[in-house]
Amino acid sequence: MDPEPKKGDDSPSNSCNSHGPLHPQSPFPDEVLEKVLSFVDSHKDRSSISLVRKDWYNAERWTRSKLFIGNCYAVSPEIVARRFRRIKSVTLKGKPRFSDFNLVPLDWGANVYPWLVMFAKVYPFLEELRLKRMTITDEGLELLAKSFPRFKALSLSSCDGFTENGLKAIASHCRNLTEINIQDSITEDVGGGWLSCFPENFSSLEILNFSILNGDVNFNDLERLVSRCKLLRVLKVNESITLDELQRLLVHGPRLTELGTGSFPQELTPRQYEDIETAFCNCRNLQVLSCLWEATSVYLPLLYGACASLTFLNLSVAPLQSGEFAKFLAHCPNLRCLWVIDTVEDKGLEAVGLSCPLLEELRVYPADPDDRDHRDGVTELGFLAVSRGCPKLHYVLYFCRRMTNAAVVTIVQNCPNFTHFRLCIMTPRQPDYLTNEPMDEAFGAVVKTCTKIKRLSVSGLLTDQTFEYIGQYAKDLETLSVAFAGSSDWGMQCIMEGCPKLRKLEIRDCPFGDAALLSGREKYERIRSLWMSACRVTMKGCKLLARESPRLNVEVIREEGGNEDQALKVYLYRSVAGPRKDAPPFVLTL
Amino acid sequence: MSIPQEHDYIGLSEPLPSEKISYKMAAAAAAAEGVSPSLNAEKIGAFNLKETELRLGLPGSEAPERKGGIGIGVSLFGKELKDESVCVKSFVSGAKRGFSHAINGAGKWGLSIHGGSAADLGGNGGPNVKEEIPAVKAVEERKNEASITAPASKAQVVGWPPIRSFRKNTLATNTPKKDDVAGKSGSGCLYIKVSMDGAPYLRKIDLKTYCSYAEISSALEKMFSCFTIGQCGQGLAAKEHLSESHLMDLLHGSEYVLTYEDKDGDWMLVGDVPWEMFTDSCRRLRIMKGSDAIGLAPRTMQKSKSQN
Repeated sequence: MDPEPKKGDDSPSNSCNSHGPLHPQSPFPDEVLEKVLSFVDSHKDRSSISLVRKDWYNAERWTRSKLFIGNCYAVSPEIVARRFRRIKSVTLKGKPRFSDFNLVPLDWGANVYPWLVMFAKVYPFLEELRLKRMTITDEGLELLAKSFPRFKALSLSSCDGFTENGLKAIASHCRNLTEINIQDSITEDVGGGWLSCFPENFSSLEILNFSILNGDVNFNDLERLVSRCKLLRVLKVNESITLDELQRLLVHGPRLTELGTGSFPQELTPRQYEDIETAFCNCRNLQVLSCLWEATSVYLPLLYGACASLTFLNLSVAPLQSGEFAKFLAHCPNLRCLWVIDTVEDKGLEAVGLSCPLLEELRVYPADPDDRDHRDGVTELGFLAVSRGCPKLHYVLYFCRRMTNAAVVTIVQNCPNFTHFRLCIMTPRQPDYLTNEPMDEAFGAVVKTCTKIKRLSVSGLLTDQTFEYIGQYAKDLETLSVAFAGSSDWGMQCIMEGCPKLRKLEIRDCPFGDAALLSGREKYERIRSLWMSACRVTMKGCKLLARESPRLNVEVIREEGGNEDQALKVYLYRSVAGPRKDAPPFVLTL
Repeated sequence: MSIPQEHDYIGLSEPLPSEKISYKMAAAAAAAEGVSPSLNAEKIGAFNLKETELRLGLPGSEAPERKGGIGIGVSLFGKELKDESVCVKSFVSGAKRGFSHAINGAGKWGLSIHGGSAADLGGNGGPNVKEEIPAVKAVEERKNEASITAPASKAQVVGWPPIRSFRKNTLATNTPKKDDVAGKSGSGCLYIKVSMDGAPYLRKIDLKTYCSYAEISSALEKMFSCFTIGQCGQGLAAKEHLSESHLMDLLHGSEYVLTYEDKDGDWMLVGDVPWEMFTDSCRRLRIMKGSDAIGLAPRTMQKSKSQN
């Protein structure tokens, strides 16, 4: 039978072979099955495997070591702990994505603490924790730091709730830490003292990213840390570190594959300039470069030496003008991924089209999202220029103030391989600026031409026609974001009845009401979640849906104002854990 | 093929007349669902009438229609953080628009009301700079943007465009003009961070571009007006503690005060010291909730007393 004593009575081999006539003997011994499964990493594949038959389900649950939970409320810590026994890595996602844009009140939930308590009991050998849009308090970080002796990697993306005290606990207690990766966090000010808490003999760090935190760190401590961590390959500092200080940290230059610069100082002496230039030239293997803050044309040339093998350039918080940007690009022939601010304007994007033939991903962020300064930003022309020069482009996020249907039609003809098409025409309900027509044909072209489209964000003036197109053509679509669009319930119905692979749907400010909401009742258990805010959904409609669908959590976020019948913020998701037990008073589970 | 539709800029500000909806589809859908399309339009109309009411509360006046359930009137000594969590979200779209109406229409807000009355503090000649954020009813953010009849400049919609807070922060402070030299401290400029309790991101300002408390406070007022939580100053209880000084008087009728961290790391109320001394010692600014600032006052007063 089972040679490994540690499995105990509950072992898969014991249980499945004892099922006689109902479960014919598996063609493989369990050891073989488990061995094979140990090579399967993808959680999607593993989910499929677990559905084949009971012995495969058991083999899978014993061999899974990486847990991915896309919605922390879809399942509970208890259920997870019962099913899986040997988890080393956990990825958890919490709040709806619109929480990034302040649409979800604070204290909504997604606190990881109850999960950590369970993990401490059941997975003492946990090594990695990756959180997205969750709240983790100092208490949680302390529990994490003290409960898992082999803990290695902490990644927090869009998380909140912690201060430097929590990070101090991590730095002080996690002897085997290889990764601290904090991105897009929305915490209050987090001090920088934690960086000084790593013990003197600590040297295992490979990834250090604290660029988003705004506390001042002690440079000397950072320098010592960096110099003793010989395996460090990702270093992204925050704005408290200036370029001349960064230069001293580049002692490991050739080992670094990813670098995030700090801030750029006001003045450099010629000697400093030289030293920095040399240090960057030393970074021969850099693949990813992020520039922070005030990267002006004076300093950009310093970075040129590091750009030869660059594949990802992130200038999304460093506004540049088109001229200096074009010059920079000339030094980055291997770029595959580029994030810029629209201060580079169409001219800058023309340079992208000319200099970056390998480009696969482009994101253009607005310098002036609230249109205070009435800047031009980028237009359809810039996008066209990129599409002409970058045929491999498949991921775009583009913020602009004007667009035409014709341009988009041409763009997708040039680049038919889009998998992610996120176009944000910043003025709500803005039509094609040349023809004054809705932008229906633009998105129609996207879904008709780009058969592999997986993620779509629509904007501009859109009628139900857009949704007819999407429902009909976007067979692989998984994520759809809709804002200020549609004419009637029919629009949303088209989506609900089409898009067989849809997983996440988020809608705001659209004229979709109860009929639209209810039209999706068959679909909701097959998707991860639906967000609808500022639409025409009522409490009645939500209650009806909730009544019909026991395995859905239909939550309404109640806010001040608005009348009692409206359901102004609805978030529904499938769950095997039942209604949330930690819902704050303003979240009503129907 | 849908009929090109006319929408005014904000869109939902009027009921969608049925002829403007892609009628075929609406009718088809409605027929399928057994609902008449005009019903929706009527409902929208009803919503919109309410939406078009934009109310503003002056400091010291109770804003109408406060829904009792989620109380806004925060007592000075209560930490109604839960309420705050709900209110924080209403970074009021269009409140910006509303503000200018209020500011222009209702005479001078904020600083000058109190600046006029309580002239000097401790004899140092600096005008008061308690930051007073004009009170605006916490209008539902998404309805508000729909209800504003198209103004010359655009109203702000919460969460739109969909840009994360940290980007807005850095973009706001770092978009360069040709002669801008950003530096941490020293020669040309003096950048300091300004944070506001409850606001999702901080700003940076150059202290050297201001020459008086009045200037800086009106600039801050403009900068942070979009974050104002619609709260009047009502409900500040226990005023007996507060009558000790001008500073304390200023906390009446206001939810926020402007404080700064000085060279010694102490948090002080802004307005204590002469302007030059302030710019020399100020390391960062914070627009604090009045309730949190109470603890500051006695110390400040002691400091100013000792200076006198």
